[in-house]
This record gives sequence, structure tokens and C-alpha cells, in this order.
Amino acid sequence: MSAGQLPRWVDYGLIPFVNLAAAFLVSGLVVVLIGENPLEAVRILLWGSLGYGEGIGFTLFYATNFIFTGLAVAVAFHAGLFNIGGEGQAYVGGLGVTFACLALDHIVPWYVTLPFAIVGSALMGAAWAFIPAWLQATRGSHVVITTIMFNFIASSLMVYLLNSALKKPGSMQPETRTFEAGGRLPFLNDVFPSFGFGYAPVNLSLFVALAACVLIWLLIWRTKLGFEIRSFGANATAAVYAGISPVRTIVITMLISGGLAGMMAINEIMGSQHRLLIDFVSGYGFVGIAVALMGRAHPVGIVLAAILFGMLYQGGAELSFEMPNITRDMIIVIQGLVILFAGALEHMFRPAITRLFTPSRALAAEEA
Amino acid sequence: MFETLILILDSTVRLSTPLLLACLAGLYSERSGVVDIGLEGKMLGAAFGAGAVAYVTANAWLGLLAGIGVSVALGLLHGFASISNRGNQIVSGVAINFLAAGLTALLGQTWFRQGGRTPALPEGGRFRDIAWPYAEQLREIPVIGPLYSELLSGHNILVYAGFLAVPLTWWVLFRTRFGLRLRAVGENPAAVDTAGISVAWLRYRAVIACGILCGFAGAYLSIAQGAGFGVNMTAGKGFIALAALIFAKWRPANAMFACLLFGFLDAVSIRMQGQEVPGIGEIPVQFFQALPYILTVILLAGFIGKAVPPKAAGIPYLKERS
Repeated sequence: MSAGQLPRWVDYGLIPFVNLAAAFLVSGLVVVLIGENPLEAVRILLWGSLGYGEGIGFTLFYATNFIFTGLAVAVAFHAGLFNIGGEGQAYVGGLGVTFACLALDHIVPWYVTLPFAIVGSALMGAAWAFIPAWLQATRGSHVVITTIMFNFIASSLMVYLLNSALKKPGSMQPETRTFEAGGRLPFLNDVFPSFGFGYAPVNLSLFVALAACVLIWLLIWRTKLGFEIRSFGANATAAVYAGISPVRTIVITMLISGGLAGMMAINEIMGSQHRLLIDFVSGYGFVGIAVALMGRAHPVGIVLAAILFGMLYQGGAELSFEMPNITRDMIIVIQGLVILFAGALEHMFRPAITRLFTPSRALAAEEA
Repeated sequence: MFETLILILDSTVRLSTPLLLACLAGLYSERSGVVDIGLEGKMLGAAFGAGAVAYVTANAWLGLLAGIGVSVALGLLHGFASISNRGNQIVSGVAINFLAAGLTALLGQTWFRQGGRTPALPEGGRFRDIAWPYAEQLREIPVIGPLYSELLSGHNILVYAGFLAVPLTWWVLFRTRFGLRLRAVGENPAAVDTAGISVAWLRYRAVIACGILCGFAGAYLSIAQGAGFGVNMTAGKGFIALAALIFAKWRPANAMFACLLFGFLDAVSIRMQGQEVPGIGEIPVQFFQALPYILTVILLAGFIGKAVPPKAAGIPYLKERS
């Protein structure tokens, strides 16, 4: 271990923990600023998200969304790409789920529809990521900017489609018709009544999300493609020199990323809303950025971070009932602070922590 | 027909002003090598600060000052993260957008209890439209009359400030020593450092300039164009400004034309709502809304010229390699 390098547990445990602690400390200060008691707020938040079956159900429901969008951002991270377009990709991914459900819900049971919905959402999400990916790979236009643009284009496109072709005939609401039983995933409460999830919309897509985590772990760390993705992300020049095609790597990575983001729609559309409606993504795509940063782009970290954000979303809803001053906007503030401290200011505490750990080891080296 | 055109152009000017101010703001930052996708957040923060202070003090100028203060503070946060701590500039920008969106709504609700909005501004809290001399008398003259009294006259002071900021920015960037160094630090910071000029201090000044202009843009939304702050009132304008900046290839005069173009599209889409175009039928509003983004993507793809960003944009500067 050379000078300035830190033990692994410090690098992967202590520093992220310190960053997170800072984010939550500042969040606490915001709560104080509003004139509420932060400890009481934490108590309500924990109780609301984990204190009873239905609360846990909602936490897991939100977490399912965040696992998909977090994985999407993380996969792109590994190739050194920043996919800000999860929001748009998930929105368009909703089309894939909807087509599958509208076509099949009368004819077949849900377990036949599900594979089509998965493929449909992944294809649509991937398609929405394709142009930014292709432009980055071949024309050098930055994927961050193009994916931002595509978020807005997706939003316009979906509003247009939901107001014209997809609208339920005779309805004023910009949404499709409600799916029949063949287009609805079973709620976990019906599958495992003993957990007492109550009316929480957590559904079988949670298992799809967990399966995606395993597959992504296998892909990134156990396949040739994953090795290429990581090599390209670590040092693009070296990767190209080693014969890895940049165009292929960028495009494939972004397609996987977009597909994962698109699959978020399974949880929302097929699992909970049972119809396609405007703005169903409502920022979950962006939360994926915070989740991926916090989870250090590793599936295990992402699951943990997704559950934490699920707790924030569910507990935050509870909190806004109990403390009307703390509206749900507080979650957005916390999200911003997590991204700030775990992402942009990730190196802020590193010099101090390095100093803390170096002298003792230097002494130990002398004694040896 | 002519009258309609004048009306559309008039609202083009009003709609492009906030884009222009934010676009020029981004120009300072990105020319110095600091990528800023937090324009949206800074504008939103400024709009809130301006709306809140203008309501409390009933003074539009104090409101503007507060807006600038909020925006510069967010800019310094961006600087602290991306210049001092060499963090990822995109991540920092995303964080600022979230912070602004959350904090404005949260504090707005706590302070004013109107669902996150600030109350309607009192007299004096808002920048009023300025009528140019003889605007009323000249109105009747054909062609020149409407041009003068509708298009040139009758805007608030921030509109004129926005358009004056274009030559000013050009002069600062291309005719002063500061501007030369600012552009240099965005292309080759190591060379600037070798010349004994502080890269960090230059970039901090660029970030502050960016904050000031974003402050104007935000204040325009809440206390000049509108009469109070509304939740998420920027509604993506910061990102359109970013698109305009790319579209303008990071040049001040181009920035003005790009913003006017995007403002024009917006004005047309409002005008066209529910109207039939002969031969084509009704064009969906969403098409016009998406057009700025589509055009920017096409430009980025290199099909209309090529947009080459400042060379060092997005790369934190490390003084020494150890």
C-alpha cells in the first residue's frame, strides 16, 4: 500500500458514510430552519417508512423504481458515461409496457404478458437512449447534453401521444384505458398476505428488479463485455489501444442503461397504475443519479441506496402529514444534498481522512 | 397580418429575455471551462429570492439584488465543488438544480403558506414596462409606428438590460485582458497557470459573473414578467438556455439570435394553439415545445455546422501531478 492510499474499508465504507452523514446533517439544519425538530422528523420518517406493513410496502414499491433507474445510471458510469436521460427513457419505456398490456390483457394471464412488457419497456427505453449514444460515439456530441434534450423531447412526445392516438376514446383525461387483469402484475399483498402490505402497490416487479441487479453484476464483473465496459470507463485511450471498439462499447452500454431505465415503467404502469398516464415517472429517473452515486455503482450498494430513498419517499409522505411545514419538497432537498456530498463533493473529506490514517501507518512501518 | 407579426415579435422579445440572460450567464462559466447545467436551478433560486424580497420590501431593485445574491451563492457552491474540490461539474449542477427546486418550494411554503408561491407583489415590487417618448403619438404611423411603439418601446428595464448584456459580454470577453484570460483558461488552463495567473480565481470570477446574470434571468421571471414566484416557474428555461448556448457555439451575438429563435418558437406555439395551418392542419403545440431541443440535437450531431465546446470545459484543473 503506497503513501496516500487508504485501506479498502475507509475508501468504500468510511468516506461514503462521512459524505452521507454530512448530507443528512445539512438536511437536519434545513428542518431546523423551517422551525421543526429534526429528531422528531427522523422518528416520524422511520416509523412511516418501516414501522408497519403498509409503510414497508410503499418503501419497497418506491425502491423498485429506484433500483431500475439507479442501475441504469450505474451501468453508464462504468463506461465513463453520464446518462442523465433516465427520466425520458423511463417515460418512453412506458410505451413498451403499455403496448404489451393493451394488446394482450384480454387474451392471456399476466405471466404471459410480463415477458412482453419487460422486452417492450427495455426496447423502448433503449431506443430512446440510442440516438444520444450513437451521436456520442460517432459525432462526439456529449451524451449529457443530448440526454437532457431527449428528456424534454420525450415529455413533449408523450403528452402529444396521450392526447391523441393513445387516449381512451370519449375521455378527456390524457391517459390510456385501464388494463384488464392480464395487464396487471399481482400485488405482493395478494401473494404473501402474511406480510400485511395492505394497500401498498408493491408488486412482483420487485423481483424483476432484483433479478436485474444480479444480471447486471454478472454482466459488469463476470463477462467479457463487462470487462470492456469497465476498461473503457477507466481509460478510454488504453481500451481503444487494446482493441476495444469505442463505438460498440458506448452504444451497447447506453442501450443497456436506457433499457434498464425503461423497465422502471413495469413497476409503475403494469404494477401500480394499470394505465399509461402523463408524468408517471415524476422524477424517479433523476433519483437514479443519487442512488447510483450513493451505491457506488455496485448492485448491492444500489439496492441499499434504493431502499434508503424509498424510505425517504414513503417516510417523507408520512412526514408531510404529521408536520405540514415539511412538504414533500424536503425529499428533493435531501436528494440534492446527497448528490452534492456523495457526488460533487466526494473528495472534500478525503484529505483530512487521509491525514488521519497516514501517520499511524507510517509509524507502524517504522517499527516493523 | 403585419399586426400579428408585430405581436408575435413583441412576445418573442419578452420570452427570449430570460433565455438570453441565462444563456450569457452560461457563456461566462463555460468559456472559463466550468460546465454549468445548474443554470435552471440558479434561475429558480433567483426567481424565488427576488419574488420573496420584492414582496416584503415592495422594492423591485432590492428584489433583483436578492435574486442575484441567491444565484451567486449557488454559483459559488458550484465553484467550491467543481473548482476547489475538483468534483464532477455535471453532478454538481444536477445537485444545484435539485437543491433549488426543493428549497424554493419548501421555504416558500414555510414563509408565505400559499403552496410554495410568493404572494402577489405590491405596487413598486415589480419592474414596470417603460414607454418610450412619443410611443403613443407615433403608433398610428404605418410600419414604423407599430415597430417603435410595440416592439422597441414598452418593455421593462430587464429586457433592455438583457439585450445590452450582449455587446457588453462580447466586449468583456473579446476586448479586455480579463476576457482573454477567461477564454484562455477554458482552452488551456495549464498555459494560464504557467503565466502566473491563478486558474481558480479566474474561474471563480467567471462563476460569479454567471451567477449575476442568472440572477437577472430569475428576477425577470418573478418580478418583471410575472408578479410573484410560482413553484418550478423556470419550467426548463435553464435547459433551453443551455441548448441555446450550444446552438450559439459559445458566442455572445449568436447567443442572442439563438435565444430569439427559441423565444420565437415559443411565441408562435402560443399563437398557433388550436389554429389550423392551411394545407397542413393543426400542428401540435408539443412539436413547437420540443423543437428547440430537436434543433440542438441536430446541431450537436454536426448536421448544421459543428459546435465545438471550449477545450478544457468540464475538466477540473489539477495544478501539479503527483
